Amino acid sequence: MSVIYVLLAISIIIAVGFFIAFVIAVKKGQYDDSYTPSVRMLFEDELVKENSKTQIITNKD
Amino acid sequence: MGHKTCFHCGLDSESKTITFDDKSFCCNGCKTVYEIFSVNDLNCYSDLQEAPGATPKEIEGKYDFLDNEKIIEKLLDFNDNHTQIVSLYIPHIHCSSCIWILENLNKLNADIGASVVDFGKKTVRITFDSENYSLKKLVTLLNSIGYEPYISLEDYETGKKKIDRSLIYKLGVAGFAFGNVMFLSFPEYFQVEGFWLEQYKPVFRWLMFSFSLPVVIYSAQDYFISAYKGLASKILNIDVPIVLGILVLFLRSAAEIIFDLGTGFFDSLTGLVFFLLVGKFFQKKTYAFLSFERDYKSYFPIGITRMTTEGIEESVQVYDIKKGDRLIIRNEELIPVDCILIKGNARIDYSFVTGESEAVSKQSGDKLFAGGKQCDGIIEVDVLKSVEQSYLTQLWSNDVFKTNKDNAFTSLTNSISKHFTIAILLIAFIATSFWLFTDSSKALNVFTAVLIIACPCAIALSAPFTFGNLLRILGKKKFYLKNANVIEQLAKINTVIFDKTGTITSNKETQISYDGAELSANEERLLKNTLRGSNHPLSRALYNILDQNDNISLAHYQEHIGQGIEANFQTDTIKVGSANFVGYKTETASLNTTVHISTNTDYKGKFTFYNAYRKGLSTLFNRLKKDYDLAILSGDNAGEKENLTKLLPPKTKLLFNQKPEDKLEYIKYHQAEGAKILMVGDGLNDAGALAQSDVGIAISENVNVFSPACDAILDASKFNQLYHYIKASKSAIKIIKWSFVLSFLYNVIGLYFAVTGQLEPVIAAILMPLSSISIVVFTTIATNYIGRHLE
Repeated sequence: MSVIYVLLAISIIIAVGFFIAFVIAVKKGQYDDSYTPSVRMLFEDELVKENSKTQIITNKD
Repeated sequence: MGHKTCFHCGLDSESKTITFDDKSFCCNGCKTVYEIFSVNDLNCYSDLQEAPGATPKEIEGKYDFLDNEKIIEKLLDFNDNHTQIVSLYIPHIHCSSCIWILENLNKLNADIGASVVDFGKKTVRITFDSENYSLKKLVTLLNSIGYEPYISLEDYETGKKKIDRSLIYKLGVAGFAFGNVMFLSFPEYFQVEGFWLEQYKPVFRWLMFSFSLPVVIYSAQDYFISAYKGLASKILNIDVPIVLGILVLFLRSAAEIIFDLGTGFFDSLTGLVFFLLVGKFFQKKTYAFLSFERDYKSYFPIGITRMTTEGIEESVQVYDIKKGDRLIIRNEELIPVDCILIKGNARIDYSFVTGESEAVSKQSGDKLFAGGKQCDGIIEVDVLKSVEQSYLTQLWSNDVFKTNKDNAFTSLTNSISKHFTIAILLIAFIATSFWLFTDSSKALNVFTAVLIIACPCAIALSAPFTFGNLLRILGKKKFYLKNANVIEQLAKINTVIFDKTGTITSNKETQISYDGAELSANEERLLKNTLRGSNHPLSRALYNILDQNDNISLAHYQEHIGQGIEANFQTDTIKVGSANFVGYKTETASLNTTVHISTNTDYKGKFTFYNAYRKGLSTLFNRLKKDYDLAILSGDNAGEKENLTKLLPPKTKLLFNQKPEDKLEYIKYHQAEGAKILMVGDGLNDAGALAQSDVGIAISENVNVFSPACDAILDASKFNQLYHYIKASKSAIKIIKWSFVLSFLYNVIGLYFAVTGQLEPVIAAILMPLSSISIVVFTTIATNYIGRHLE
């Protein structure tokens, strides 16, 4: 067996893997709303910071 | 006063006045977030509960219909055990604070689980525990923090909508195959004659073949279907030559590798389908938060309060209302059926239905029509007809609402394609017969090569990219089109018809002029203070234009419904209202809305209300008159006729007292005479006319609130730009024609290779993407150039 078959097999498997990932992403609805997640992503940070603060306060209590 | 922006999110807050802590905000959401952050030192989780921002807009009993199990069941997306999921449309969602607040609802109430906002659609999907919580409580909560969901009869009808994602899948498959086939075909393009390549050539070729199979079978299936449909109805649409190209490409490539003649055109084939689908995807831009398909159902409430014979109030579904039922209509509620007024003060705003701007007062025993909005307290009515049989809803049984406009016209691309297909077939046959006599071995080769190279990929792409891009540009200018076809239709129109109330006039402003004896300072103060107590729209409008005065407390104040107001202060008495009410006898019938004033039995004069026309109306009409026939169809009386004749070019036709059906018939009549009509309207009363016209544009002061079914929605602030938008659509057609010329040039070059029998796969692989990409670049640059000249 020539190495070319191995390489071809690997490259196709990887490509198909990405393709399956794409199909799953579409199926889950990740392409339905392309705006909100970009905003939501920015909130996360804010909340984590506050969260730790809240915990400190509750600890004091 | 400078330009006010929201302190929290930076959006324009001029239109609303929410101030807190000397800072202005665009919405309650931003204010709440600001309060939480500033007052509570970022400690937002525990303090969200105390967030005020409660708007007292809530009307008691408004959401009573959410107690009705049947209605709840229809609204919920999911209902199992104690978990319920609902998707609510909230028109108010407009900034990032809104997302933040709505996605943290669970901090306001522990029974609310996850909530996910879709900003584009302006919806929020909320999961909650139905054991301790209910949909009604949830909606009331949302209302209290300033996010009132809009629930209409439409939600009741449409079940769970299925999202069509097939285009993305097809695009994905084509792109995947295109990329891989490209790589696999490289070795042969850079072929170095040698043992190595010879040995592995079949592997590469058969791999390419298998990659192209799903593209032809799955990704391109829409083209096959469309071409078949076109042929079945004897139309040579653009998909016919495309399908011809795809088929020939695939069959010839397959034959080449089977008989080991060459490498085939698999890269061109997959690339072609991929580019075509990209064009389709690009053109499919839609405004998810706008709906162009609304009918009366999106205006009507889902539930209404019915009084049983025992006098108990209950919520019922609107469709369950039967003739003879007794209904209770609250302030600001819409009357869903034709009925007779039994009890209460009815002041009905029919602006939705007739375009008449003033609310009318009705006495007990009068007939009320569906679509009117009660503006004054609670009334009781007896039902005359069911929802579907009511006067207003019958408009929708007109055939015009059932026909699909898009099917009725042939697009520019399809009309070109007819000639194109015939020409290509001719060239193919002539070239083939020539080669049959010269070198018959090459004949089949030439025949397929012509069909491959002439595949009108560039032609098929020019319209989607031009229109798609212009659609986006116009969207940024607040002119929202339903789809790309509208641009083409818009370029063809030759008659423009306007509705009056709400379309060329502004709903927000009225012009008021006074005529009569001058009022003394004391009288003016009394008048202002009298008006302050009244909620009648005319009183509010008048109150706003009068100069600021000291507040005085009136000794006596009485509002006579449907007539006017009477008030005393010290020794002065004032009467404000209709001519009869103030005791003015000599009034000749005036068509304009007037308010008369008398003090101490002396008649003083009258205020006349004129519609305030939108800015730039006159300029717009004068620009339009050069190229278009103009007309105004108004549901109102002829009171403004004199004013309008002065304002507008002399050729403009003015027609008053037009009922919704009259407008529709007027348009139909002129269409029969060959006119291509653009109708500009705003209310439900224009719905028929908008549907009948070639292009129907709805004017909206706030695009998030509802406009009738139409082809395009234009923000009222951009009304004076209408002429330029029509011009832009005409330029778009020009761009497409130029890109047709460009793609013909490519075709000529390609055909040279094809008919001389020298078409190599590598030439096709270069020429095809090159032509497609250069068309995309050309149309994009050209449309952006047009867009830059728009305001």
